[in-house]
Parts: sequence; C-alpha cells; structure tokens
Amino acid sequence: MLTALLSGDTPRSKVLTVVLLVIFVSLLLAPFLFPGTRSLETAARICIFIVLVASYDLLLGYTGIVSFAHTMFFGIGAYGAAIALDTMGPSFLSILIGALGGALVAAILAFAIGLFSLRVKAIFFAMVTLAVASAFLVLVSQLSGLTGGEDGLNYKIPRVLTPAFKLMDAKIFDVRINGKLLAYYFVFLCALALFLVMLRFVNSPFGRVLQAVRENAFRAEAIGYRVVNYRTLATVLSAVIAALAGVLLAVWLRYTGPATTLSLEIMIDILLMVVIGGMGTMYGAVIGATLFILAQTYLQELMGAASEATSAVPILSDLLSPDRWLLWLGVLFVLSVYFFPTGIVGRLRGAAK
Amino acid sequence: MSDPQAGNTSIAPKIERVSLTERLGAWAPLLLVPVLAVLGLIAIANPSTWITLTAAGLAMGMMIFIMASGLTLVFGLMDVINFGHGAFIAVGAFVGFTVLGYLSGWTAEPSIWLNLAALFPAIVVAMLVAGAAGYVFERFIVKPVYGQHLKQILVTMGGLIIAQQLILVFWGPDAIHLSRPETLRGSVVLGTAAIEKYRLVAVAIGLVLFVAMRLVLNRTKIGLLVRAGVENGEMVEALGYRIQRLFLAVFIVGSALAGLGGVMWGLYQETITAHMGSEIMVLIFIVVIIGGLGSVEGCFIGALLVGLLSNYVAFLMPKASLVSTIALMVIVLMWRPQGLFPVVKAK
Amino acid sequence: MPDLLTLQGVHTHIAQYHILQGVDLAVPEGGVSVILGRNGAGKTTTLRTVMGLWGASQGTIRFDGTDITALDTPAIARLGIAYVPENMGIFTDLTVRENMILAATDGPPDSARLDWIFELFPPIKTFWDKDAGTLSGGQKQMLSVARAVIEPRRLILIDEPTKGLAPAIIKSMTAALAELAKTDTTILLVEQNFSMAKSLGTTVSVMDDGRIVHTGLMAELAADSALQEKLMGLSLEAHQ
Repeated sequence: MLTALLSGDTPRSKVLTVVLLVIFVSLLLAPFLFPGTRSLETAARICIFIVLVASYDLLLGYTGIVSFAHTMFFGIGAYGAAIALDTMGPSFLSILIGALGGALVAAILAFAIGLFSLRVKAIFFAMVTLAVASAFLVLVSQLSGLTGGEDGLNYKIPRVLTPAFKLMDAKIFDVRINGKLLAYYFVFLCALALFLVMLRFVNSPFGRVLQAVRENAFRAEAIGYRVVNYRTLATVLSAVIAALAGVLLAVWLRYTGPATTLSLEIMIDILLMVVIGGMGTMYGAVIGATLFILAQTYLQELMGAASEATSAVPILSDLLSPDRWLLWLGVLFVLSVYFFPTGIVGRLRGAAK
Repeated sequence: MSDPQAGNTSIAPKIERVSLTERLGAWAPLLLVPVLAVLGLIAIANPSTWITLTAAGLAMGMMIFIMASGLTLVFGLMDVINFGHGAFIAVGAFVGFTVLGYLSGWTAEPSIWLNLAALFPAIVVAMLVAGAAGYVFERFIVKPVYGQHLKQILVTMGGLIIAQQLILVFWGPDAIHLSRPETLRGSVVLGTAAIEKYRLVAVAIGLVLFVAMRLVLNRTKIGLLVRAGVENGEMVEALGYRIQRLFLAVFIVGSALAGLGGVMWGLYQETITAHMGSEIMVLIFIVVIIGGLGSVEGCFIGALLVGLLSNYVAFLMPKASLVSTIALMVIVLMWRPQGLFPVVKAK
Repeated sequence: MPDLLTLQGVHTHIAQYHILQGVDLAVPEGGVSVILGRNGAGKTTTLRTVMGLWGASQGTIRFDGTDITALDTPAIARLGIAYVPENMGIFTDLTVRENMILAATDGPPDSARLDWIFELFPPIKTFWDKDAGTLSGGQKQMLSVARAVIEPRRLILIDEPTKGLAPAIIKSMTAALAELAKTDTTILLVEQNFSMAKSLGTTVSVMDDGRIVHTGLMAELAADSALQEKLMGLSLEAHQ
C-alpha cells in the first residue's frame, strides 16, 4: 500500500529510506519535536521548498530543460494568493481563488515560454528565461499599485490559521494548539499531497516518455512521440506546481514580496538543492531542500563560532564568517556536479546495489 | 604535361550571382543602429537631450560590447557556455579599484597625463588578474565538462557564486565608491547638449577595441585559426593545430576583456559591488543572443542597440527599460532565430 | 617494402554502436590504396579512426612503424598524414587563400608548389581571394585536396572525393588525383565509384559490416566480375 502511495517509486536504498523517514517524521511532528517559532519556520520552509524544488526537478531532471524562470512561477502563485487575500479579505475562498488565478497565469506563461523554446537552442532558452525572470522581477517591483512594489504586500489570512485562534485550551506535549499549528499542518499536508502527485506523474507512462525524451529527443521523435507536446506539458505542470508552492509560502508568511519569491538568489538556491540532492529522482528534492535550509538556518551559527575561533588568522576567519556560508555551498555544488552528478540520492542508491 | 581537362574549360564554373535583396539583407543589421537612433530622436523630440542620451547609450553599448565579446567568442569557438563570465567583470572592477587606490595621488591631479598614467596600470593589472582568473576557471571548472552544456551551465554558475563570495571575503560586503580621475569628470558642452567626458572616452576605447579585434581576427594567423575553429574545430585539428591551446588562449583573452569592461563599467557607475557582474549578465546575454553566438560584429551591433534602447526608454518610460530590451531580443529572434550574424557551423 | 600504414584488429565504438569490428588493413607505401564498400560499411569510420577523430576501442594502428593508436589528431597530422573528409571540411568563412595558408603548417606556401597546385586545380587560382563559401561543390572538393597537398605529406586520406559531383568534374578530379599519385605520396582512397577507383587504385580492400572482407590487387578485382558480384552484391561496373 505504501508502494502504491509512492507510485512505485521507492527509495531503493536502506540508508535513503531511513533518511527520508527521519525527515518525514520530523516534519510531521515538527511542532512537537522542535518547539519554538524558529524551528517551525524552518520546518514550514522545508515543506514548501521540497515542493518547489521537486517541481524544478520535473523540468530539469526528468525533462532535461534548463530554465531560470522558475522563481517567476513561484512568485506568480504567491502574488496570486497575496493579492486575493489583500483585496477579497482573509478567507479560504480568497486563497482558493488566488491559487487558481496564480496557477492559471503560470500555466499560460509556461505554455508561451514552452512554445518559444522550440524556436531556439537550449543555451538560448536558458539565457532567455534568465532575462524574462529578471524583467518580471523589475515589473513586479514597479507595479506597486498592485503588488506593493519593493515593499511587498502584507495581508491577513483566515483567523483559524493565526496564532490568535485557539483550537483547544489544553496543550499537547507542552505545545499550544493554536492557529499557527493549524497553518503549519495546512502547509505540510498540501506539500505532501503535491509531492505525491508529482511522484505519480513521473512514474506514469507520461513520465517515462519524458525520460526517453530527455535521453534522446531525436529518437523519441522517431519512435512517434511528439517531443514538443511532452516538453510543453512538463513545463506547464512544473510551473503550476511551483505556483502552488508559492501560494503556500504566501499563506504561511502572511507577506509576499520580490525578495521572498522572485530573487535570483532563490533560483540559485533551487539549483543548488536539486543538484546536491540528486537530479531526476524527486527524493533528491527532499534531501536537497532539507539539507540546504537547515544549513541556511543553522550552519551559519556553526560558522560564526568557527570564525571567532580563528579570528587570529586573517583570511581564514573571513572565509569562515557566517555570511560566507554560500561560498561553501557553492564549492559543494561544483563538487557535486563533478563527483556526484546523481546527487546524494544517486550516491546512496548506487551504494545500495 | 598537364591535362587540359583538369582546367575543366568545357563547363564554365558557375558563380551564383548574389541578388540585391540578399546583399542588402547581409547589411541590414548594420542599419539598425542608425535607424534606432533616428527613432529615438523622433520619440525624444528634444535634440540636445537626444545627444546626451545617445552618447550615454553608445558609451554603455561599447562597455557591454567589451564585456560580452569574450563570452560570444568562447561560445562560438569552444561551444562552451560560461554563466560565470560576470565573475571576471567584478574581479576586474575590484582589482582596478585597488590599483587606483594606490595611485590616488595621480588621479586627483588635474593633469590628463597623470590621470592616464594612473588609469593605464589599473586597467592592465585588472586585465591580467581577470585573465589569470580566467585561466583558473577554464582549467578547473570548465575543462572537465567540455561538450556537456547542462553541466557547464551548472558549474559555471557555481563558479560565479564562489567568485562573488571570494570578492566579499577580500574586499568586504559594502558597495564601494569608485571615483573617476579628475580630468575625466564633468561634461563637454556642445551647444545646449552636455556629454560626460567619460562617456566619450568609453566610446573611443570601445571603437579602438572593436577595430583591433577585427584586425586580429582578419589579418593574423591566430585570428584565422579562431575563425576557422569557430566553423569547424575538428578540421583545424586535422590540419595539425592543437585547438585546445587556442581555446585556453581565447578564454583567457575573453576573461581579460571582461575585466577591462568591469573597470570601465565601474568607473561609469561610480559604484562597484560583488554582484555587479551577475547584474549586468542579463544584458550581456541579451546582447550575445541578439548578435548571434560566436559573432564579434553581431555582438558589437547588439550592444549598441541595447545601449541606445536602454537609455532612450529609461528617459521616456523608466519602468520599461529592461522589458523593452527583452522585447527587442524577441523581435530580433523572430526575424532571425539565430541572431543577427549567426556563425555558420559545420557541425 | 614495409607497409606505411597498418591497422590490426581495430574496433571502434560510437556511443553504443560497434562500427569497426576488427579491421585489419595494410597500406603499402606509394601508390593508391582503395577501400571499397557500400554505405554504412565503416569506410569513413576507418579513416576517422586513423586520424584520431574517433578513438579506437581496441587494436593497433601503426604509421611508418610508430604506434599512433592513442595519439591525438594534431599529433597524427603532424606526422605527415593529411585528411580530406567526406564533407570536405572547407572553412567557408575564410578565403581560398586563407584556407591554403592554414594548411601550410611548415611556413609560408612554397611558390613552386603553389604553381603546381594551380595547374592541377585552376579554380584555386581563379578564386584565390574569394570566400571559400562561394565555390561550387566540385571546386570545394578541389580546394580540400589542394589543402592536403600544399606541403608534401607521407599519406593522404581521401573520403569519397567524387560524391555528388557531375561526371565532367569527376573526370578532372580523377585526373588530378592520378597526377598526385605520381608524386612521393601515398594515397588511401575511400570510394564508391568503382570506375574511378579502378583507374586510380593499385591495391584494393573491400569492407563490409565493419570488417575487411577482401584484400588484393586492384587489377585482379577489376578483371574478375564474379568476385565483384560476390563482394558488392552486384556488378560494380553498373555502379557508375
């Protein structure tokens, strides 16, 4: 039954299974295992980014398309929900309408971009998506009437998801059962559902064709699959799910702005997560996102301590400064591409054989 | 005794007459620059504003050309896409800043010679360091992934991140102000139009570089090898040349040029940040795409078009600047999907 | 006289395709050795493997006694092997003159040698300063061969020089190659045009399915139509 839930795509490695299980349980019971606002923030972020990175894996790992416009779709979803909540009031209906609107816009835009990709080579396409994403960022920052510009939008979410709401007076394991908790489980359950949907998708006949296309588009076309259609559909699906991840972020943060959704930094982060975790595996997104966000939040403390300890040595201290955590991740990223092209998941699976 | 048949005199060789439309078509992209300038004049209406903006646009275009030329050549010759090209720009700018810092006595003097005497070493050192960075980049980051575009995109982006972080380590996280040497400050006044002196210098340097590049490509054996290699690298090897060394040399030169562009761009903006390279990369990519990957002429024209358009639109509708540039790119790609001067590859 | 070029048990794989499946070939010094075979037999792959453009996965290739199996293409070229590929490999963006200059790796082209080439291939002189891309197919082929002989070479690999050319041009190309054969150089020619191969070749090898299936003197094969039919499926005379 579990195998059916995972659409037949089991971890295939004991170590990987254990790791995934640990992550799953940690996220499931996060409010209880790791009490405190900061850890809950981290856990929610991990859930959202797992979905976002998995949707990017669908594009990069399974279909073989390099695009830098993914944060654009993330932002479209987030702004969709944000604008809906801002203008139509804090209700679940607003969230739904915002989500549908965001998903629709993302789908249409992805479709247009997908069509464009046919006219140009892959390199061109990658560069063009970078340009388009940058332009979108500028556009959003400028249309302050609608999007709140550089400052972004602050809005209320349904009361039932706010800390003010108390589900019950009693505490479970010394944790308040309030709206924040409910909000977390809303994010967690939606993320889980979306992830399982993607697993289903990549393990369906459609998903298999995608992989064939990625391996050898020419041959796939010769066999009779219209590569165009498959690529376009994969692009659209990937964009829609990214948008939905954006909706989750918008609801969780109660704020949406260019820096939280559209920045190039986030795009690069996604790239790092998917490569380090393992391209074309879906589970790589889980591992990559967890690792990265934990590092982002907690590694910096470690580095801070190390930097203090080496403060006598000039350059070394600066290299270990917590602000330079991205340097080390960059190194890890480059090393991953060379030595672990299949990422952590690939390594674990390879070792299992 | 040579065989009369070897001359093939019975059948005259057929030279295809190039039709007028085809010949015009080949020149059409060059006309785009003056056409855009005229359109700009019409849209802006005020001639002196137009002159100022055109000077700014040309200057910006020249600098983008300098920064982008290396990228397009590397791609045309080596089929390598370097998303980390921005790193060389930033490195050049920062190194230039440090050198100028040492020579601040000379830059503060109102003497053009002393100013140039300060600028020149700054540029040379910046280019050397950027070139050295290019060497390291090529050997350690790019070389292992020749022929694999996907991995190239990924690792070069990784390299960019690492380079930017290292800049932050060595020069600190704050934006740094870079002041122009004394004699290059201020503007030249032509009637009612004011043109910044520095912009004129930038245009001059850009033109000199473009002419120099064309001369090297068309009149030297190295240039011959590069042009042949862009078209058919395999055949160049079959003739006995180690094209790998040529690749490395072109990569280093391209990085050095990016470093030069970085210094110039830094002096133009008068501020430098570790991220300045990646910020300008979007425009560089647009220019390279418009021009056609591998073409220096295309890059030149594309850069001028982007420079002019950005400045005209920034004046008319500030919010639409980047969008207009992208629109230009889309229009050009609709007309010529491979860019203005696509390189004919034998592959 | 020892063979100039020998291939022993050479296998070449391209991706998952096993193209050369144990090629044994000996090219004697001097004269024209021809490789015949139908499309897909592996003739071009053989030349490319010798030239180092594709690596041999197994076997040995010896040139003038030196083992060149693992050498890279520029090194092989510098040993004195010239290559005239099937697609001619002309740099269309360069002028005829520039194409020739590039090929003259030992310094500026010798003027006596150039005159000889102009005699062999008059269009080279006519279009000296024109872009090579404006040349017709036959002229490009001439340029490709001219490039290979701008300096004396020990061995010239030529891949289907008459493919796609008009009969009159084939005649002049054949004559030029015959002139070439008279010099000190050895030619390894891949051809499907039997009549041309017959007029030029001294030794012949027939290839099929990645292997040499017959080797011998051209004169013998030309005289034996039964053998021709057996090797090539139908009489080669019909293949004009």
